[in-house]
Amino acid sequence: MQTKRTIFGNKGLPYLLLAPQLIITGIFFLWPAAQAVRQSFLREDAFGLNFTFVGLRNYERLLDSPEYLNAIKVTVIFSISTVILALGVSLVLALAVDRMIRSGRAYTTLLVWPYAVAPAVAGILWWFIFNPTIGIMPYVLETFFGYDWNHLLTPSDAMILVVVAAAWKQISYNFLFFVAGLQSIPNSLREAAAIDGAGPFKRFWTITLPLLSPTTFFLLVVNIVYTLFETFAVIDATTEGGPAQATNILVYKVFRDGFVGLNFGSSAAQSVILMGLVIVLTFVQFRFVERRVTY
Amino acid sequence: MVENQRWLDYLAHAVLILGVVIVAFPVYVAVIASTHAPTAFTSGTIPLLPGGNAVETYTGVFEGGIASQMSVPIGVMMTNSMIMALAIAFGKIVISILSAFAIVYFRFPFRVLAFWMIFITLMLPVEVRIVPTFEVISNLNMLNSYYGLTVPLMASATATFLFRQVFLTIPDEMMEAARIDGAGPMKFFKDILLPMSQTNIAALFVILFIYGWNQYLWPILVTTDDSYQTIVAGIKRMADVVDSEPLWNSIMSVTVLAMLPPVAVVIFMQRLFVKGLVDSEK
Amino acid sequence: MKFSHFAAASAASVIALSSHAAAQTQIDWWHAMGGELGEKTEALATAFNATQSEFVVVPSYRGSYAETMTGAIAAFRAGEQPDIVQVFEVGTGTMMAAQGAIVPVYQLMANAGVDFDPSAFLPAVVGYYTDPEGNMLSMPFNSSTPILYYNRNIFEAAGLDPNTPPTTWAEVEEFSRQIVSSGAAECGFTSRWVSWAQLENFSAWHNQPIGTLQNGFGGLETELTFNGPVQVRHWENLARWEDEGLYRYAGPGGGNDAGPAFYSQTCGILMESSAGRAGVMANATDFEVGIGMLPYYDDVDGAPQNTIIGGATLWVLSGGSEEEQRGVAEFFNFLSSPEVQAQWHQDTGYLPITQAAYELSQAQGYYEANPGADTSIRQMTLNEPTENSRGLRFGNYVQIRTVIDEEFERLLSGAVDAQGALDAVVERGNALIREFEDANG
Repeated sequence: MQTKRTIFGNKGLPYLLLAPQLIITGIFFLWPAAQAVRQSFLREDAFGLNFTFVGLRNYERLLDSPEYLNAIKVTVIFSISTVILALGVSLVLALAVDRMIRSGRAYTTLLVWPYAVAPAVAGILWWFIFNPTIGIMPYVLETFFGYDWNHLLTPSDAMILVVVAAAWKQISYNFLFFVAGLQSIPNSLREAAAIDGAGPFKRFWTITLPLLSPTTFFLLVVNIVYTLFETFAVIDATTEGGPAQATNILVYKVFRDGFVGLNFGSSAAQSVILMGLVIVLTFVQFRFVERRVTY
Repeated sequence: MVENQRWLDYLAHAVLILGVVIVAFPVYVAVIASTHAPTAFTSGTIPLLPGGNAVETYTGVFEGGIASQMSVPIGVMMTNSMIMALAIAFGKIVISILSAFAIVYFRFPFRVLAFWMIFITLMLPVEVRIVPTFEVISNLNMLNSYYGLTVPLMASATATFLFRQVFLTIPDEMMEAARIDGAGPMKFFKDILLPMSQTNIAALFVILFIYGWNQYLWPILVTTDDSYQTIVAGIKRMADVVDSEPLWNSIMSVTVLAMLPPVAVVIFMQRLFVKGLVDSEK
Repeated sequence: MKFSHFAAASAASVIALSSHAAAQTQIDWWHAMGGELGEKTEALATAFNATQSEFVVVPSYRGSYAETMTGAIAAFRAGEQPDIVQVFEVGTGTMMAAQGAIVPVYQLMANAGVDFDPSAFLPAVVGYYTDPEGNMLSMPFNSSTPILYYNRNIFEAAGLDPNTPPTTWAEVEEFSRQIVSSGAAECGFTSRWVSWAQLENFSAWHNQPIGTLQNGFGGLETELTFNGPVQVRHWENLARWEDEGLYRYAGPGGGNDAGPAFYSQTCGILMESSAGRAGVMANATDFEVGIGMLPYYDDVDGAPQNTIIGGATLWVLSGGSEEEQRGVAEFFNFLSSPEVQAQWHQDTGYLPITQAAYELSQAQGYYEANPGADTSIRQMTLNEPTENSRGLRFGNYVQIRTVIDEEFERLLSGAVDAQGALDAVVERGNALIREFEDANG
């Protein structure tokens, strides 16, 4: 893992600095996570009145169930689409704002403030906008494109809806970081390239994009985590994982099975698999991406 | 700017205007909805132009009570949300900037382990580990308190991760120079790192404030006393009706009001954020 | 964090919480009623608190039904449970099986020595929540049954008699066809709660079994059986009608799009909970609404039988002191008094739970003033309930409802036929019931 060439030599201080974070993490995350691991080996009723140790049975059942395998597939499609859409749109917007000398700040403000909408509320708004009967979008699609929108029955419509709604929530966030990233690229570099005759697109690929890589890497991680773990408010309010599980992503399934279905054993096993998945994911990212990222 | 290319400028304006329209459209729908009578949304395509019911809706919301379906006054809910959002934002920034400092600028046993311990909290939001977390809060006697509302949500790795990335981009020479001047780690932290991370702190504050403000499931679980109800929980409560149609106009007007503080934070912090960028002129 | 104490104090003073004297026993009541119903629910607690000074009932809104139930379970596991929690009807199996966690209502009443006459309750409502011996386990609070609403203006425009709702499914099809072909509306009918209205109630209404062992009342080892020919025929028809544009699917769970489709006059007929009556009337701004019973297939023997209820009941969680339990008993007694019940029934559209409350409402002239308001009661009590129409009780039923929605969606998208969809529901549902049996056995 990367550090500085030179470091401070204090022995006790780093532990002191880390203490608040580690204590909170330990009490409110690791301990409950350990409980989840324990629960994943148990079969118990909702109230926890009686339980039996069942070994790996919760896991075996999961891996045997077509619903779970489907959720994995749906998650991959959903995550990749959302991340690409959210990063792509916000990068384009950030590049455009970066060109603006006078109007840049006004645009920034206009683009960032909708971020203030709560996910729970954003879900309701999307439900309104895409409602097949009263929504504006199905009306527009029907009138101008002759497309009969129905996300209640057509799996691909439902997927588009949740991807758009989830990406929308993240655009402002990514935009904010891309703008900060772009502004920290020294103008002299780009001017030098322009003098060498590099056009705007060449400059983007050879200078801007590589220099943005720390920001992009950060956003990539945050966005993947966002799509994997923080999108249920959106899914819950729009498709509820339907039609026929077409938008039932892993974390929504954990939530439904545990929180609504009260099947704590299976839900805990799913959480544990997700934890494992993220550990692997971040490990891979650190090994392979960090080496190539230029600081 | 590097050179003048008119068509690129026009393109940029077009992209931005389109972007603003797309990004703001759902919010626009909310504002419009708050100016109509409650039945306007369920009969026919949703209106896109303001209606004539705005004054009535907003006074109803401020008066509260049965007409607007709010049992907790809006002022109380706003205060609670404000406390929660501020505590979470400050708490998270302080906690994570300190730990990022430790991880980047020190080498000590268990450093990698500590980093990983923090990092895995990136995942699994509170919703999926609700039962055990609830048990912890109740064992610590933190139900129905602002501690219970805020402290558990301060454990997140995103901010630590961001500060780590920021610190890594700060040139090593800075620190070498500081050491030659005889500065200790805390002095270096205060005089060099903090000022250099200003823009990131501002950006992060915006995001964390909004994160705290928008919490829904957590506050509803750890508080049973209405005097702790937050505004987002209040909105969900109004929308979450059984066997009847919600009063969308009231809900949307509360939504619009609930958005004002975070929007103010975004605009105010943006000024700081831009200032930070300008001050550290590259 | 000093500020939090200050803020808590100031928040508390703003809201001006009634400072209860130390002598009063506090009874915590968690409920899932948002919006206007929430206000009416909390008014019940206020009214009870005003009638006596020994107890104070403190209602607390805890989110949706699922959030309220899971919140209470999490609280129970942490030893912080409320005295009373409102649980939706599909959670009944889970609550019943948790014998150490609940206090059955009949026992509560006996312990507290409160005068309590089980025969005063309407069997059609209370039957859903009794054990095989007929003992009441939880207190019905808000119960309803699906009925049929129709748009009189659309009926008239389509050349139909606005005073005659369809009574059979053949008529529903015929009327819908006429509505669509005459251009009076885009679609014939839509329905909320597909699982509840078009499978569970459909089965009871046609006296068809939903599961073995009296629909699960007889024990945990029950199995689903609602893939019989009558149900298959109905689902087959629904899929065909959806295809032809006569029927419009309104989404999983509660089918949130059904209301807007009816209010915007896109569909002429709506099947929806009887408790939605006030909402339907309020939102039907541009047209007149008529009310009828659920349709049936007239060639099925025993149809129409009677429909079953949905909604929620109040469960008493164990762990409260003797005083608290006595307070809960007193509160339930208050809730079931004829005046309180009749008022609640008339205010909200939920079914009255006692015969006396129903009769009081009749005497007050409520049903004459509100035509159609008694359709639900007549439909529920049309015949003496059979084994097939008393209700249903299966473990993990919340998930089974999701399975029903999914397979219905698969059917509509053409991925399976009706028999295949219902077979899959039964197979997947039985697996969930077995899991529940394992965990609670």
